[in-house]
Parts: sequence; structure tokens; C-alpha cells
Amino acid sequence: MLQIRWHGRGGQGAVTAARIFGLAAALYAGWYAQSFPSFGTERRGAPVTAFTRLDDRPIRDRSQIYNPDYIVVLDATLLETTDVFAGLAPGGIVLINSSREVAGGRIPAGVRLHYLDATHLAREVLEVPIVNTAMVGALAGVSGLLPAEAVTRAIADVLPEGLADKNAAVARRAYELAGEGTGKPGAAYHDSRPV
Amino acid sequence: MRAYLNGNEAVATAVRLARAEVVAAYPITPQSTIVEKIAEYIADGSMAADYIRVESEHAALAACYGAAVTGTRVFTATSSQGLAYMFEMLHYVSGCRVPLVMAVTNRGLAAPWTIWADHQDAIACRDTGWIQLYVETAQEALDTCLQAYKIAAHPEVLTPVMVCLDGYVLSHTEEIVDVPDQEAVDVFLPPYRPEYAVDPARPIVFGIGAGPELYPAFKHYQHQAMLRAREIIEDVDREFAALFGRSYGGLVDPYYCDGAEVVLVLMGATAGTAREVVDDLRRRGEQVGLLRLRSFRPFPVAALRSVLAGTKVVAVLDRDCSFGYEGVLATEIKAALQGANVPGTPEVAGFTGGLGGSDIRPEDLAGIFRRCLEAVRRRDRGESPAVSGGCSENGKAEGINLWLS
Repeated sequence: MLQIRWHGRGGQGAVTAARIFGLAAALYAGWYAQSFPSFGTERRGAPVTAFTRLDDRPIRDRSQIYNPDYIVVLDATLLETTDVFAGLAPGGIVLINSSREVAGGRIPAGVRLHYLDATHLAREVLEVPIVNTAMVGALAGVSGLLPAEAVTRAIADVLPEGLADKNAAVARRAYELAGEGTGKPGAAYHDSRPV
Repeated sequence: MRAYLNGNEAVATAVRLARAEVVAAYPITPQSTIVEKIAEYIADGSMAADYIRVESEHAALAACYGAAVTGTRVFTATSSQGLAYMFEMLHYVSGCRVPLVMAVTNRGLAAPWTIWADHQDAIACRDTGWIQLYVETAQEALDTCLQAYKIAAHPEVLTPVMVCLDGYVLSHTEEIVDVPDQEAVDVFLPPYRPEYAVDPARPIVFGIGAGPELYPAFKHYQHQAMLRAREIIEDVDREFAALFGRSYGGLVDPYYCDGAEVVLVLMGATAGTAREVVDDLRRRGEQVGLLRLRSFRPFPVAALRSVLAGTKVVAVLDRDCSFGYEGVLATEIKAALQGANVPGTPEVAGFTGGLGGSDIRPEDLAGIFRRCLEAVRRRDRGESPAVSGGCSENGKAEGINLWLS
């Protein structure tokens, strides 16, 4: 089983990202999937987490996710207040929306960090700094778990008609920048392995 | 059609497919997204129903009651405080034998205030005369709502049904759901045409006053109908399976119970996690099983006895507490087995956990099994008592979130 934890702030679409990724995996990429928000109230601007599980067999475990294999951070300022790395499984992968590498103080040893300037990309394509669909595309690209088409089809299913096309475009662009599952990322994308 | 839905969306989908004609509800977390989705269906024309906006849950159920006695298929949904607020009307609906269906997205009761899952809300309505079915997955939530309309309106049952789904753990968790075709659902659930309905052309009265000479007969028939519902629930599950290819065992859903030394009994979505734990322990050679109780009322005494008779220890996990005694399900399982009056009746160890959204992890369930298996070993050596211990107010036993009651 693969477990993903999404970090964002209320209003940034982390819950929707978890759902789009799960739907893409379940309906368009042959996985079994489960997604859920951090249970409880959500407030605009407050830290929010959401979760996606993937497996090649039906997912029956209903407990919370404590040891994710992937962590996606939609807002790098969360690193100042939240231990976004908590419970990361050994060999885990972290994808952060940032134009630069974050300071290494609290980053656990051995963590593979990936950066995408998704805010810049979203401003360019969507003309608003909403990064959730870009980060879904980037995670698909960096992990190789899903093809781009699965992500864009899921976006068309989940988002309203007027928003789907541009969000599919930004997700596809992020997927390409993140290496299209090949491990060879593009220019707007950084990969680092802090000690 | 293969879809990716959470439990609340699955319920709303079922209500659309069942062609409910009147929906009245008052919003409450974590139920609200059920009736929000239904309101969307009505607004976009994919569902032809009247949505009655009301000022409270009490009024919601009163409106549903009124609509149902005119012979329409109705639906409502609530949680926690909202269900508590309906308490008076629950008895009116069941006493008047109104076969309406209500989803209860289970949530703990205040105080302290909580929006998270446990079963205290529905368990507290145990004796209101409603059938209570607890589901494990979003798929089962959808399918059970369809079954519930059939069970409730069966002429020998005519009893309302609560379809209970764990708040958040099911209501807000998306997974793959097979959505049946409308045509198939129409075959399974023809239009609701009750024998008795309020009609100006044929006046009858619902909800009369009854003196001591009449009242007991009403209650007797109500009880008989609820007992009869045990067979109807099983029949409807079989009929559903024949049409849609999915069955949930009717009243109980046993998993690896044959020859098991320890069987864990519980209700709701925790069963999924428990299946993983049972598989893991079975791989290690431990004789353990799971019995998911699907129908809490009517209580399937015979089915429980036949599954649990050969076991040594029955562990019961309650997501509720009857304060000053123990978990309600534990009491009921003990009573059911006591009545069996057979030698070698298993010991029943009641655990209470998962209150107010407290997470039930695989290791918690493995801990319950381990504790009971140790008791079996002691019992095999002729030592007693087996599983024992009191409420762990000091954090002993399994801890403050999960205690042996």
C-alpha cells in the first residue's frame, strides 16, 4: 500500500487534491484508492491535511495515516509551523511548492526532497495562485504512479466545467516539469538530497 | 457505473436511484453533505422530489412523517444532536408504522462537543422501534439504503429504518463505488404504493390515542413486525444479491469465524480494519475471526448464537458506552449467549473504544485479539478467570482510548 499526505491551508484545495489523485488512480490508472480529509472543521488559512491511499487490492484499512510514503506541501510557509515530515516512511519522498530549497534544520536525514515553483506556474496558466492541481500533476510526474491522462481526466470529473481545462493544462505542465515519471525533471523543478 | 464517491455521496446517490419523492432535513455535520447533494440533484432536475426546508430536526422528521402517511417515498438524514432532537418523533414514526428511511451519519454526543464518529447517537435510540443497519463501506451505504426502502415497506414489517454510517470514516472518505443502473433499481424498488395512506377519498386516521384496552396490541404487533423483519432483511439481501451481485450477509457478516477460538464482534467501518488484522493473525496461525453485526435492531440472536457457539472468547468492541455498566453491544451479546443455555458458552470480553472519533488502528485491534488469545491459553491450562480487568481509568489495560469494560 502507498500512502500520501497532503499539506495545505484552508482554501488552497488540499482536500480536492487528495480526491483528484485518488479518483485518477481508481478510475483511470487501475489502482484501488481511498481519499479523505483530516477529519473535522476546516478554516480558511488554517493548516489542513488530506490523505490518499493506493493499493493493487481493495483497501479495507479505515485507520488514519501515520507513516506516509509521499508528502506533498502546497504552501512552504507551513514548514515554519508544522512538522510536515512527521512519520515519513523510510525512503519517503517529499514534494514542496517552493521556488527555492528550504532550510535544512528540521528535514530528516535521507529524505528525498523535490521542489516545484507551482505558485509561479499557476499564476502563469490559471492566472491565480491556486496550486492544488499543479501539485497533483507534479506528484504523478515525480512518482510515476499515474499517467498525465489519468490526472487530467480526473480533473475534468471533479472540477466545474469552467475551471477544468486550465487546471488540466497546469497539471500536465507540472507533470512534464516533474519528469513525466522518468526521473528527469525540467528547469522549474529542483531535486535535492540534504544530508 | 464505476464511480469514486464518499459515503455521504453514496447515500445521496441511493436516494436518487430510489426515486424518493419528499426529502426534509436540517443540516448537521457530518450528515450535511448528503442533503446538500440531494438538493443539487433536485435543482439540476436529475431527481424529481420536493425538498422541504425546515427549522429543526424535529420538524424534519415530522414533515417526513406527514409526507409518508400520504403514500410517498421519503428520506431524511441526521447525526448526533440532530437525532437526539428527533427523539420524540422517532416513536411517532415507528408507532404509526411509517416505513421511512433515514441515514444516520454517526457522531458522538455533546458534552464535550464533538463532530467525530462513534455510535452513541444511534445506540441511544435503540428502543425507539426503528430498524438499525450499520454499514462498512460507501458501497454498502448505497446498497443498504436501497435495501432499506424494500425492508421498511414490506407489508409484514412496516417499520422505519436507520442506515447508520460512521461519520468521516465513511461519510467523508472517497472510494470506488459501483453505482447501479436506474433500470435495475426500478425493478428492485417499484413505486411505493402502500395499502394504507391518508387520502381524502378514503379517510383513515394515523396516530390515534389508544386506551389500555388497545395500546398493548399496537405494541405487540410492532414488536412482532420487528421480529419478522429478521427474515425480511435476509430475504431482501438475497434478492439484492441476485440482481446486483453484492450481498452483505443480511443480519450478520461473519469473517473467518469457522473454528475460531476468538471472535471479535463490532459494527460499522472498523470491520474493514479488523479484516486486515484477522488476515494477518491467521497467517501467523492464530484461530481468530470477525463477526460484523449489520442489524442491531432487530437483534439477530439465532444468527449470533450459531456463529459464536463454538468459540472460546468473544471480544466485543463498542463505540458507545452505557455509563455505569459497559458497552451496550457487550451486554446484548452476553444476553444472547446466556439464553443459548449450551455448555461451553464462550466468555464475552467487552471493550469500549473509538469514542468521539478516536482512531481505531490495526494495532489496537491486534491488542484486543492478543489479550483474548492469552486468556484462551490460560483457560486451556485450566486457569481462570480468562479476560478480566476493570475500566482502565489510570490508563492501564489498553489505555484511556480503549478500555476493557
